[in-house]
Amino acid sequence: MRRLTALQELAGPALLVIVTALLGTLVSISTQGYFTDTLVKVAMVVALYTFVGNSGVLSFGHISFVAVGAWTAGVLSVPSDVKPAIMPNLAHMLRDRTTGNLSSLALAALVGGICALVVALPLMRLSGLAAGIATFGVLEITHNLLRYEEKIGPGLNAFSSVPETTGLRQAAIGALVVVVVAFAYGRSRFGRLLRATREDPAAARAVGVSIYRQRLGAFALSGVLAGLAGGLYVHLLPVNTESVYLDLTFITLAMLVVGGATSLWGAVVGALAVSALDSYLAVAENGSSFFGAQIDLPAGTRVVIVGTLMAVVLILRPNGLTGGREFRVWRR
Amino acid sequence: MTMLAIWNIDWQTIADATALGGVYALMAVGIGLVFGVLRLVNFAYGQLVMAGAFSLALASQWGWPQWAGIGLCFAVVLALSMLMDRLVFRPLRGHSPAVMLVATFAVAFLLQSIALLWFGPLGKIATSLAYLNRPITISHVDIRKITIVAVVVAALCLVALALLLERTTVGLHMRASSMDFQTARMLGVRANRVIAMAVLVSGALAAVVAVMLTVQNPLVTPDFALRDTIIVLAGVVLGGMNRPIPATLGGFAIGFASGLLGGALPTNQSQYLPTFLFAAVILVLLVRPGGIFTRARLVERV
Repeated sequence: MRRLTALQELAGPALLVIVTALLGTLVSISTQGYFTDTLVKVAMVVALYTFVGNSGVLSFGHISFVAVGAWTAGVLSVPSDVKPAIMPNLAHMLRDRTTGNLSSLALAALVGGICALVVALPLMRLSGLAAGIATFGVLEITHNLLRYEEKIGPGLNAFSSVPETTGLRQAAIGALVVVVVAFAYGRSRFGRLLRATREDPAAARAVGVSIYRQRLGAFALSGVLAGLAGGLYVHLLPVNTESVYLDLTFITLAMLVVGGATSLWGAVVGALAVSALDSYLAVAENGSSFFGAQIDLPAGTRVVIVGTLMAVVLILRPNGLTGGREFRVWRR
Repeated sequence: MTMLAIWNIDWQTIADATALGGVYALMAVGIGLVFGVLRLVNFAYGQLVMAGAFSLALASQWGWPQWAGIGLCFAVVLALSMLMDRLVFRPLRGHSPAVMLVATFAVAFLLQSIALLWFGPLGKIATSLAYLNRPITISHVDIRKITIVAVVVAALCLVALALLLERTTVGLHMRASSMDFQTARMLGVRANRVIAMAVLVSGALAAVVAVMLTVQNPLVTPDFALRDTIIVLAGVVLGGMNRPIPATLGGFAIGFASGLLGGALPTNQSQYLPTFLFAAVILVLLVRPGGIFTRARLVERV
């Protein structure tokens, strides 16, 4: 019974992901893209949740691990015959090697995790505003280096010619993997210890929890998940440095806070709710009919409406749509 | 002087770096004042500057005289600040810093997308004050007039602010509130009034910054001052967020450093300026998490 109660916390988010994927199979191919994109965003937001939600420390730096994952998977999957045309200055080691879809995703997760670990070793000594600004610095540095280092990627150009393997199925499986890992971590001893440091740092330290080590582990793990999400992203659309920078940082953070930052359920609900609204308005902007409603919005109103609604939710319900609680049908 | 020559720095670079430092110091005070009374990091501060810059651009497009353009800039920025305080800051009072920061993030995003919708991604050009951009020569060194104006105006604003904080009742209330808001209220400080005052002063500084930045960079786009805000925020945290003087010094230091680095780095490395700058910020934060210009360790270290 007890285990069942715990499992419903996984069932809620997982079911939402599956339902979204199934809904995506019902619509036209052009609309399906929005569903795929939404599922990749779910993976990113859950990766962010793994650290931010459990530790209570704000990170602006996670999109840099998404970017690193996207670069890893992208560079390794561009077919070797077109590599010199797209990335003329690529290092020799990378130029001759091309991997398949799955291994590129695994490597994206690995490299994302390693980068996160390296960054976390010094940074997790900080907390509060200093931590926020330092992670912002990480984002700036990553963006700057990826933009101008042409030995490791396309620099200012977009990743064209990456095989577009992230369809609805791959996105759904990826999002599910991330959700399950985040759930397992949250239930584990380490997840509980980290949440204890979030609720009361002094008490946690008094019973012998090392805040530094718990945050370090969570940061590295969420780097792995963010790297995987980045890999999925580059297989979905031609990513460039601007698409994995401030806008994405903002939208994923807002999704997490809108849903409710302290629960996995909140992360998934927030990602889906904001994406659903955003995609619906994007379709409406194009003037086509969607689920029977014919709307015609002038271009650009979408971001204004989404921004307004997010600001309103944050101001009126700062604990998020779910109130930061996990999914429960029944309570113990 | 030989040291300077090795680092490829001339007096012109130093003058420009000082001016940038002055402008950033004003932004730092603007952010720091609101943080002092509300414990809220206003990420949307750059968008206030952006709104002011667009008012200047519109005024110059309509052929308004300069004083009217600057007047419009102040009116728009002050009105927007008051609106922000009423609609965003007040409902958020007392919430966790993370929620407040993300909420102002949302406001920044919203204002930027409104500007994008209204003016388009290419932006507008503000020409009316362009004559300030011309150089004058002081003992063989070309210095743009705006550099001198920016240094003087920043110094005047900071002196005025210091007088306001030290010599007036409302300044005393502001200082008391930023030390301990609850106690200050119990002793009869009116919360709404002191917050409104802080927001207004911070808005006025944003308008001044808008004028300075528009002269230096007449092309006003929706992401105007966004980068500057990020750098200033880093500077404020670096200096020490909790008190106005360290925050100001932090803002000046980071503006001066980025101006100097921009001039000193060889051209093939200057594209990596953000990397050098933020690596330095992270290093300093690791050594002094509470800020370099503070005495006590204010930020808890894990």
